[in-house]
Amino acid sequence: MIRLPFLLFFSAVLFSAGIYGVLARRNAVLVLMSIELMLNAVNVNLVAFGSFLQDAALTGQVFALFVITVAAAEVGIGLAIVILIYRNRETINVDEVNLLRW
Amino acid sequence: MSSQEIAFVIIAGAGSLGAIRLVTSKNVVHAALYLVVALASVAAVYLILAAEFLAWVQVLIYVGAIVVLLLFSLMLTKAPIGRETLDNQQRGMALLVAVGILGGLVYLFQDAFGASSELNPQATRTVDVGVSIFRDFVLPFEVVSVLLLAALVGAVVIARKDEWAEQTGRGADLGARGGTERAG
Repeated sequence: MIRLPFLLFFSAVLFSAGIYGVLARRNAVLVLMSIELMLNAVNVNLVAFGSFLQDAALTGQVFALFVITVAAAEVGIGLAIVILIYRNRETINVDEVNLLRW
Repeated sequence: MSSQEIAFVIIAGAGSLGAIRLVTSKNVVHAALYLVVALASVAAVYLILAAEFLAWVQVLIYVGAIVVLLLFSLMLTKAPIGRETLDNQQRGMALLVAVGILGGLVYLFQDAFGASSELNPQATRTVDVGVSIFRDFVLPFEVVSVLLLAALVGAVVIARKDEWAEQTGRGADLGARGGTERAG
C-alpha cells in the first residue's frame, strides 16, 4: 500500500528540475536531458494514476510506453540536429544559434 | 508508513537528488551520469507500482540506449566544464519559475488527492500489457511505429554529411553559412 501523493510529489520534483534545466542551461545536450526528465515525470504520473484507478485495460502503462517511444524518437532527431549544428557552427550553445531569429 | 512507502521514499530521495544534481552539475559527463540515477530511480518506482514490463523497458531504452546516445553526442561535441559556460544568465528567473511550478503542483496534488487516496498496486503481467496494446491501442501502436521509422530516416538524413553541397560549393540552410567557417 502506498499513498498516491507521494508519487505525485516525486514526479512534481522531477518535472520542476526539468523545467529549471531547460530554462537555465545553454548546452543543447543538457537541455535534451532535462526534457527527458520532464517526460519521465509524466510517465510516473501516468503509471501512478493507472494503478490508482485499477484500470483493466492498463491504459496508463500503455501510454507510458508510447511516451517512451516518442521520447526516443525525439532524442534521436534532437541529437542529429545538435551534431549538425556543431559541425556547422562549432558550438551547441542554444543562445548562440540564432539563424532563425529576425 | 508501510514498507512500500519507506522503500519509495528512499528511492524517490535518490532520484530527486540525481535530478537536481543533473540540472546543476558543472560537468556535462557528470550530468549524464546523474541522469542515469534519476532514470534508474524512476524504473524502481515502476517496480514498486508492480509495473514490471515498464520498469525493464525503462532500463533498456532510457538507461541503456538514450543515455548512451547522449554520451556519444557529448563525445562528438565540445564538453566544456564550468558553470558560466553551461548555464545562461537567466538562472535566478529559471529557479523562480521551477520553484513556482513545484509549489503549484504540490498544492494542487495535495488539494485534490491528499485526503483520500491509497493505492494497492496489483501485479501486471507482461501478457496483459501486450493484450491491451494489441486489442485496445492497435492504431496508436501502428502510428508510433511509423513515427519511429520517420525519426530513424530523418536522423540519418540530418546528421550525415551533405556531399552534394560540398562538391558544388552550394549548400542548403545551415551548410551555406557553415561552409565558410569550416574552410577557415
